Amino acid sequence: MNNISLLGIFISSIFVNNIILMKFLGLCSFFGVSNKLSSALGMSAAVFFVMNLAAVVSWFLYYFVLLPLNLEFLKIIVFILIISSLVQLVELFMKKFLPGLFKALGIYLPLITTNCAILAVAFLVVDYQYSLLQTIVFSSGTAIGYTLAIILFSSIRERIELAPLPNAAKGYGIVFVTSALMSLSFMGLIGLFGF
Amino acid sequence: MRKIFEIILRGILKENPVLIMMIGLCPFLACSTTANDAVGMGLAATFVLTCSNILISLIRRIIPHNIRIPIFIVVIATFTTIVDYTIKAYFPTLSESLGVFIPLIVVNCIILARAEAFASKNNIFYSFVDGISMGGGFFLAIVILGIIRELLGSGTIFGSKELFSYPAVIMVLPPGGFLAAGVVITITKYIENKLIKKTKIISNLPSSCEGCSLKSTCMEFLKNK
Repeated sequence: MNNISLLGIFISSIFVNNIILMKFLGLCSFFGVSNKLSSALGMSAAVFFVMNLAAVVSWFLYYFVLLPLNLEFLKIIVFILIISSLVQLVELFMKKFLPGLFKALGIYLPLITTNCAILAVAFLVVDYQYSLLQTIVFSSGTAIGYTLAIILFSSIRERIELAPLPNAAKGYGIVFVTSALMSLSFMGLIGLFGF
Repeated sequence: MRKIFEIILRGILKENPVLIMMIGLCPFLACSTTANDAVGMGLAATFVLTCSNILISLIRRIIPHNIRIPIFIVVIATFTTIVDYTIKAYFPTLSESLGVFIPLIVVNCIILARAEAFASKNNIFYSFVDGISMGGGFFLAIVILGIIRELLGSGTIFGSKELFSYPAVIMVLPPGGFLAAGVVITITKYIENKLIKKTKIISNLPSSCEGCSLKSTCMEFLKNK
């Protein structure tokens, strides 16, 4: 286990190593749902929920099942299957017991299985050899970073829709350039708390 | 013969997975800091795509329809594991610079989309050609971006000696990735608009499809229906 302070992990996972703008993870959903603020909020709530769950479950699985049995090489297969079945399970559970929450998050849950940010957090936690507490802090920090980026971006994007642009730059072209500027501003935070 | 040619043209140009269909963006941006990384990622993804296409096409008749997606994922994950350990063993520096993106080939939307849209419906040979051509499209896009970013960002091509001094370091950092990709995509779209007459895209998918990596597959399905 390594001993980076929890605050350091938290701050760096939100700002310095922002999962979307600095690490290029979860871009499909970032560009896909960021055209409306409401869908951005729904998606980020679902990501927050599933990311924490997936990171903790895969941490337990790795250290208590795969490592003792010398099956580390199966981690890609095991993690992806666990995460996709977890999402299904959460969906069924929510439908039955929390219909209000299901209505709000329901349509975003199936999309999360193919969201690479979730799987990446599960791999990174193992790669960095985080303890359980560090894992929880890291995954919630990452999810908050995701939320921050996607909400900021959806607000900007609502303005872009109205901007006069050449035809070729409409859609993805200008969206990429805008995220370059946002990423540049997040880069200014490098060095914060020694990261 | 005509169909083979059509598949190749479609994968590399007409439906280029990254530049036109906009799927598989994460490795496209993250693994293009140098041309060498881009070639490594392009080859790894092409290998997984081709192998999973072949295997899925081989077992397409015995896969129960309802659980096909988990089966596809297991097949893809198996080949990803093979690639992951091979790169770790033979190209340790490449493995270090690509990092977590090699295991993440498993959620690369291109591979699952081709398995669902093509390999589960066509015979082995066509699936093989489709894997090569779609992988080739991805390879081409990522290598172009890799060359641009390396040339502008560190003044080299494929790790050669510096061609000019004072490169713009920002191009190899994350903002440069977004910027270069934005410019490449805009140019592609410009050329596409010039060449191809506008065909009306059927877009009667529910709004919840926005952001799903399989959206293009569903659209293709609707179009063919």
